[in-house]
Amino acid sequence: MFTIMMYIVASCLLILSFVKDRKKTLLAMKKAWKSFENILPQFLAIIVIIGIMLAVLSPEVISGLIGEKSGWLGMLMASLVGSVTLIPGFVAFPLTAALLKSGAGIMQIAVFISTLMMVGIVSIPLEIKYFGKKAALLRNSLAFVFSFIAAIAIGVVLR
Amino acid sequence: MKMLAKRYKYFLALIVINMLVYILYPSVGQKSMNITWNNTVEMLSVIPPIFVLLGLLDVWVQRETMIKLMGEKSGIVGILIAFFLGSAAAGPLYAAFPIAGVLLHKGSKFSNVLIFIGAWSTTKIPMLLFEASAMGWKFMLTRFVIDIPGIMVIAYVTEKLLNEKEKQYIYDQAGNVVA
Repeated sequence: MFTIMMYIVASCLLILSFVKDRKKTLLAMKKAWKSFENILPQFLAIIVIIGIMLAVLSPEVISGLIGEKSGWLGMLMASLVGSVTLIPGFVAFPLTAALLKSGAGIMQIAVFISTLMMVGIVSIPLEIKYFGKKAALLRNSLAFVFSFIAAIAIGVVLR
Repeated sequence: MKMLAKRYKYFLALIVINMLVYILYPSVGQKSMNITWNNTVEMLSVIPPIFVLLGLLDVWVQRETMIKLMGEKSGIVGILIAFFLGSAAAGPLYAAFPIAGVLLHKGSKFSNVLIFIGAWSTTKIPMLLFEASAMGWKFMLTRFVIDIPGIMVIAYVTEKLLNEKEKQYIYDQAGNVVA
């Protein structure tokens, strides 16, 4: 749905741009292609890593890793799994909802979701390309720590 | 050809690894190839509008305008725009970095670019709706409310811990990647 909206917005602006200035629009398309081609190797590498990782870390394996263990060890485990995996939300949320039903702790689930979204070990080489090593590592470490704070807050509110 | 092979060396190495996995553990290898194929199709369907917008942004939005909107002195306006741009998007996080590159190239404040990345990663509107339906409104809202200050703190602390030289390097780098 949102993807369709992105297409509509992009095409409208593209047409508007073309009507206003053909040369500039052509330049924009050239830039779009160049920036895409520029990072395509990294994109493809990330996608293959995700493929291998998700095949090994199947929903059952993830459930085993973060479903049973509770307490701080469970949270640590959930945060590590969340940091290294890169699962799209429409796969992750049904999984976490099922985990919750089967008895996983809310804080473990929350830390998993937060790290999943904010910490990206797999995409760090790409992030370094744009932000440099220090900033990329800092952002990811801070996000990792913050995920625990968010999880504790959720644990308190939803208890 | 040689250049191409060199640029794609990690990708090619990973394909080889995947094939080895397929030979040793056919079911896992098959599964990973399926997932990779599905993700590639998904990437190719989600990414074109993102890059078209990126190109248009680069050509039409003047550096001065961007500095005014998201630069050093943009204040609360810059923060709000960063949150809005990130939240209104669709697509995986790795697609956000090229846009971040253009924002930096055009003179956005680094912390605002980090807020944009934070919003893209956690407060995307379609994702929030999905989260609410799967995990419940209370879960989603609690996370949302704590994520907003969290994203800002992460952005400011990251920027504060970088010195001028490191920041200059990031802006130079953004110029290289975009141009």
